[in-house]
Order: sequence, then structure tokens, then C-alpha cells
Amino acid sequence: MTADSREKANGDTRWIGTRPVRPDGVDKVTGRARFGADVHLPNMLVGKVLRSPHAHARIRSIDTSAALALPGVKAVLTRDDFDELPSEFVPAGEMMVNYRDIIRNVMAREKALYEGHPVAAVAAVSEKVAREALDLVEVDYEVLPHVLDVVEAMAPDAPLLHEDMITAGVEPAPSTPSNVAKVVEFGHGDVETGFASADLVVEREFTTQPVHQGYIEPHSCIASFSEDGQAELWCTTQGHFVVRAHCARILGMEVSKLRVTASEIGGGFGGKTVVYLEPLALMLSRKTGNPVKMTMSREEVFRASGPAPGTCVWVRVGVKRDGRITAGEAILKYQAGAFQGSPVQPGCMCAFAPYDLEHVKVVGYDVVVNRPKAAAYRAPGAPQSEFAVESVLDEIAKRIGMDPVEFRLKNAAKEGTRAAYGPTFGPVGLIDTLEAARAHEHYHAPLEPGQGRGLASGFWFNIGGETCATLNLGEDGTIALVAGTPDIGGSRAALCLQAAEALGVDVETIRPLIGDTSTLGYTFLTGGSRTAFASGMAVIEASNDMIGQLCERAAKLWDIPADAVEWVDGEARPAGANAGEFEPMSLADLARVAGKTGGPIVGRAQINAQGAGPSFGTHIVDVGVDHETGRVTIERYTVIQDAGKAVHPSYVEGQLQGGAVQGIGWALNEEYIYDDLGRLQNPGFLDYRIPVCSDVPMIDTVIVEVANPTHPYGVRGVGETPIVPPMAAIANAVDSALGIRFADLPMSPPRVLKALEEARIPEAAD
Amino acid sequence: MAKAHVMTTVNGDPVEFLCDTEQTVLDVLRDELHLTGSKEGCASGDCGACSVIVDGRLVCACLMLGVEAQGHSIETIEGMASGDRLHPLQTKFLEHAALQCGVCTPGFLVAAKSLLERNPDPTETEVRYWLAGNLCRCTGYDKIVRAVLDAADEMRGG
Repeated sequence: MTADSREKANGDTRWIGTRPVRPDGVDKVTGRARFGADVHLPNMLVGKVLRSPHAHARIRSIDTSAALALPGVKAVLTRDDFDELPSEFVPAGEMMVNYRDIIRNVMAREKALYEGHPVAAVAAVSEKVAREALDLVEVDYEVLPHVLDVVEAMAPDAPLLHEDMITAGVEPAPSTPSNVAKVVEFGHGDVETGFASADLVVEREFTTQPVHQGYIEPHSCIASFSEDGQAELWCTTQGHFVVRAHCARILGMEVSKLRVTASEIGGGFGGKTVVYLEPLALMLSRKTGNPVKMTMSREEVFRASGPAPGTCVWVRVGVKRDGRITAGEAILKYQAGAFQGSPVQPGCMCAFAPYDLEHVKVVGYDVVVNRPKAAAYRAPGAPQSEFAVESVLDEIAKRIGMDPVEFRLKNAAKEGTRAAYGPTFGPVGLIDTLEAARAHEHYHAPLEPGQGRGLASGFWFNIGGETCATLNLGEDGTIALVAGTPDIGGSRAALCLQAAEALGVDVETIRPLIGDTSTLGYTFLTGGSRTAFASGMAVIEASNDMIGQLCERAAKLWDIPADAVEWVDGEARPAGANAGEFEPMSLADLARVAGKTGGPIVGRAQINAQGAGPSFGTHIVDVGVDHETGRVTIERYTVIQDAGKAVHPSYVEGQLQGGAVQGIGWALNEEYIYDDLGRLQNPGFLDYRIPVCSDVPMIDTVIVEVANPTHPYGVRGVGETPIVPPMAAIANAVDSALGIRFADLPMSPPRVLKALEEARIPEAAD
Repeated sequence: MAKAHVMTTVNGDPVEFLCDTEQTVLDVLRDELHLTGSKEGCASGDCGACSVIVDGRLVCACLMLGVEAQGHSIETIEGMASGDRLHPLQTKFLEHAALQCGVCTPGFLVAAKSLLERNPDPTETEVRYWLAGNLCRCTGYDKIVRAVLDAADEMRGG
């Protein structure tokens, strides 16, 4: 970090913190923006997937002859079209995936492991013909017993999904297979010592249901293979470089022969970090020689794409009477879905992360069940474990008669705290958010009779990673900014602002573009709240690269050494009186003469961004409860979060509001309902009810800014933390309203009504 | 079965198309007329991403058959701006950052336009209930509601 940028981080910025209209905005309000399904190609075929109707079944055989014989059908794919891949773990967002499993999730091999698991795919001249062809594929299944619940799946006599799965992370290794893929443990100190010194110990078990990311745009792609083995893929994804890597691996291609373009993306929240249709579309295109378009229906999105895992979380916390926590312990059991790799590890790491604990221990179990493979969903793993911990902390605060903010402040992590998961925190903003909560009018506003108020805090790490950016200087002094992270919520605006700040030029002179996989070096996906931070760092570095070249050009024109030129407020100036007297040259001046001073000017950066600052948040919520229907109403909601530095405050507020409302859905309504055969009963937005406009009030926001010292302007990621606190905040509010502690999500009307009835007539509940 | 021949009006222009009888207005708009501003989020009338106005009435294009468009007038997001001038709702959505990913935005704009045609001075509650048929997963609705109220105010000359 330069002295110059440190000074700017203190508030002396021209562009950072302003709210210009986003550069891609007009296309999105006119219907012009092209999303995944908005492209048509000449000679395009339509691809469709045949999915298993069974939750667990051995696939004895597949007969595609009748489907292939149907006029208009051009190709049929089955497991036989894909080569086996060895076990190899690769990162997908904050989660890890295994190629041996990806290829089986894309197309079932030995067994179908969940209802909706692909077993065949067809390409045909129309959607109608493709659907008819699916009906003609004959699959001979041997239906097997299935298991959906995480605790049941851990039982010794549970149906086994993978007959060769030996639990990792246990010494000595078990001699028999089970559904437990992995056991992980984090912590320090000795929890029994800590509990022995406690005045009060509270323990409780919590369950959460799987929830879907609920992006409004279903998965969609178009693949086009040419006869020389090169291919283009257009798809809606959070990371087209990751899609390229996965698809090239599955199809046995060189990555340079596959060019992936990210469409505009209609929401992802982590769910578009993996591949589903893309390898199938590529394979169908390779077989037919035609472009192939594939789009999931909403029902397919629910049945076959990744939910956040359902969980069972046990928490025990000990405290002194003065509110100091003596020990924290948790056991997390997470549904991985059909293949290992639930986010139980980040769940463990986040569980107690907001607190400064001497004794802490968290054990996590990654458990396979006959459900779709879990995918990342906004702070993957953290909402479930922090819901449990923040609920127990609320219970403790109430029992020792302490204000929940005071209680948290007494134990809050701060700079220098050794986090429960290992590292020592740099500057972090939990205390700032708690103090802002205490100072907020909402925290002290009177409640209506029957209403309850709740508060909870939350944490997420945030990540950096491999990132490239290019700034192409046009001959008129305007700039084309090329980034490799798909823009899911306004990041192009945030990147332009950072480039404008670094270059000292008007933000309107910078036009952004998300480059395809051939225009930039490998760039990791949009996820982990990394885009404004990591692509921002790359853009700033590319700006500095461009500034170096601009100063050299000016030096050449002035015939002075390059280090005698400085870049100030968007123009080259002689650095001090000794450098000589020259008229400053603007970016546009230097751009116009670039051809004569050395050629085109391009700023580049290729970095592995380190030092993503974690973000803490604290939420306050008021609820009302309808005693006749059991419906919980959100009466008022305030989100307070540390953004490090809000680059475009409107889009930071948007992240806080959107995350909170997803959390409201998670807390109150959203769940998967299965029948006895393991078939999903609510694969649509009518029955899987995400919050609608009339369900929620305005969501107030307070942005706290504790600068991240590794970013030139102090930026932290903000996208994920806001989904962490809502579930506990709402459960704590419901407890305040009713005196009933809900340990099981969602707090849907039937459950609340049942709890109210049990509370009313305790004898009948016995 | 032979395709049906349909004559209709889209954004004020006369339009003819051929469609299968099972194709919806949304299928026709997107696949036959290449007006892809209307989005398919659910195909079951639950998400509102395909909202269009038919003879002044707000409709999910996924719930109406293409053949039913015969003789009617359809307004889509593509017809909302006039020339290079955005509709006040479009401008206010941009100013208020009322979109993140933007895939639900065309549906919200069409639905909000339909609201303001009926009720130029809606309360926050009226806006929230009118828009309850349009799902947005990114914004939490806050900035959308503010943008609609602000646009209504401006359109009333406020």
C-alpha cells in the first residue's frame, strides 16, 4: 500500500463511496441484457435431461435405441459417453469438489443417488421432440432403500450411498464403510476445564432444513463444438474459468480449445459455482456437430441443483455470572447430499468465530444422504452453525439477566484475538457493529404488545484468490476495463469506481466488460465475497501499471527521467521544480499521442489477492406472532455490518438487505418436503415459498467502516455475512415475544401454531 | 399438427407469427419473436419475471397460450422506453439501485407500470401487495419499493 492510498482510505476520495448509475444498468431495465437463456444460434438443437425418479437405485441398464430412432433426435448421452475420472479435490468457491464425484453428479454411473439425478440426455430439433425422446429412454432400475436425514444416515444400519466410503479424519481409519465422508475438528484450550469453571452451562440441539439459493434465472447454456475439436460455451455462471476447468477435464480437452463466455447472470448466491448442464451440452454438441442449448425448468432447479445443507447442530456454552464465556463446544452434522463435500468445515470454523474464547472445540461430520449434492449458498456452512450458537448465547444472556449487546461486547473478538479456527484477527469490526446497534434508535424503540425483539451477530471469512484485470486505453483517453469475475450484483460499478479513483479520471470514461476465458488469465469465480475486493485489487494494480506507462510517455516527450514525472489527479506532472517546467498532460493528452510515443497503452494485473478482511455484522429484528395462524411477521429489521470501505454504498446496502431477506425466508418458510419414497413434493416457487414483497418491511442498514489494511481503499467483502445473523435474530425475537425457544427451522406457521398450542395446554403435550 | 397462424399487436406494432398450440405467449415472445426481455423463471405463474400487459391487464406470459394472443395487444419491457427516453420507472430503478442481477427487473417494471396506470398514488403497502407476484431474490425488495414510490411521485409531477 502506498502512502497516497493510505491517505485516501481515511476518507479523501473522489469516487470511492459515491453512487453513480451502474454502467450495465440501462441494458437491464430495457430487457436488452442477455442472460443465459437469451441467446439463439443457427442450427441450434435443444438438449434435455432424463432424471431419476428414484431417490436411490442401481442402474442395471439403459436402452436408448427407441429414443434415437425418433425422427428429429440427433444424439442421446448416457454414462457410457463419459470416461471415469480419478479422485481429485479442487476448490469451488469456498467449498471443495472431487472430479470423480462431479462426473457422477453430471451423469449417474453405477447408481442414481437422488431423485432428479441425471441418467441420460438427448439433443433434438425441438424441445417437443426432445421431451418425447426422454420418454423413450428405457432405464432398468433396482430401487434401493434411501436415507434423507443426516442423523439417520449416520446410523450403522443406514442404507449406504457409496459402498467404498471410509470416513476420513478418524484415527485409526474405520474398517467398514459408512455415509460419514469426513470428520473435522477445530479449537484450542480444554473445554472441560472451561465448563468446570462456569457458573451456568447451556446446551441445546438445533436442526435446520435444506434451503435453495432460489436464483430467479434457471441454469442455462449453449455449447458449440467445431470439427477441429474447439468449442465455445455460453452459460450463466459465477465463474467461467472454473466452468472451463471442469468441462475441459470431463471432456478430456485442452483448456485453450474451450472458450467460455459468462452471460449476464440472474442470481447465483453460490449455486452457480458448479457445473450441471454445461458438460452435457458440450458432449451433445460434440456428438452432433450442432450448437446445443440446454435450460433447466424451475422443477429441475429444485430437484437437481444444490441446496444449502440441512443440519443437526449441538451446542454447549459455559459462562461466568458476569457474562464472560468460559468454554464453547459444538458438534455439527451436515447433509452433503449425494456426494461428499458439505460446507461443514467452514461451518465449524465460523461457529464461535465472533468470540474471544480460551477454550473452544468444534467437531463436524460431512454426511452423504439421498438428496442433491449440496452447493455453496452465501457464507456456506456458517448460517447453520452460527444460528445455533447465537441462539444459545441469547438464552444465556436472558438467563443471567444481561443485555444481549453487553453480553456479546464482553466476549467479542477484536484485533489480536486468536480466532476459534486458528488465525489471529487483524482489525475487525464486530465491536463497532455492536456499539452501532446499541446506539441505534431501533434498539430502544418501544414494541407493540405481543411483539418481540431479537439480536444476533454473524461472521464470514471472505476470500481473495487468482484474479486478472486489463485496462485498455482508447485513443481518445477513455478506457475499456476487462475483468474476469461475472457481475452478479453491481460489481462492474464497483470496479470502475476503484479504477477511476486510482487513475484520477472521471468514472464515466471507463466502460467495463466481463471478458471471456480467452481474454484474461485464469480468474477464480465470483464467490466468497471476493469480487469487489480481489478484482478491485487487480484493477487498482492495472491502473498503477498504466500510470507507470503514462509517466514514461510524458518523460519521453519532456525528455526527462521517468521518475521525474508524477501522476496526480489524472495527469502527468513534473515531480517538483528540479524536474523542469512542463504543462501537465492528461490521460487524454497522452492517449492521443500514444502511437508516437511507443504504441498502445494497456494496464494489466495478474494477482493472487491475499488478505481479504473478514466481515462481521449485527442484526436487530422485531417480530409479531399471529396466535391464530402461527404466522411470524417481520415488523422491523436493521442490518449493521462492517464493509471496510463501501465502494458503492447503494450496492453494499443492497447486499445487506438481500442477505437479510434470504435469511428471513430461511428462518420462517423455506424447506424441502419429501414423501416416503424420497421424492421432493414442493419443487416450485408456489410451495417452496421465498419471501415476497408483501412479507417484509423496509430493511434499514448501517454501514460500519473498519478499513481492511491489505486493500488500498480498505475494502472488505460484504456479500455473505448478511445471511448469517437473521435466523438466530428472528428466533431470539420470537423467544422474546412468546417465551418459546425454537431450535428447529423453519419457524413456519404450522410449527409455531403447534408450539403455541403445546404452551397453552402443557398437560396435553405430555 | 400444423402450427397456428396468429395476428396480434406487440408494443404497438402489428405482428404475425406461427406457433404450436401448446406454446405460451412467453415461448412465442422469446423463441419466435426473439423478444427475450421477458424472462422465464418458473413457467408456472409464480415468479412474475415474464410479466406483460395484455389489453391493459397485467398477465404472466407463461400462463397464456400464444394462440390466445390473436387480436389482442401485448406490451413488453422492450416497449417501455420511448425512443432514447427511458420510462420514469426505469430511471428510478437505476437511481435507486433497485436491481442487482437484473433478471427479475423487466417483470417488476412491467408490473409497476401496470400498478401506476391504475393507481398513480399508491401507498407502500399497496406497492408491496401489487408486486407480491414478482419474486426478487437479490434486493430484499427495499430499493424496488422506494423506486416505484419515487417514480409515482415524479409521474404525478411531485
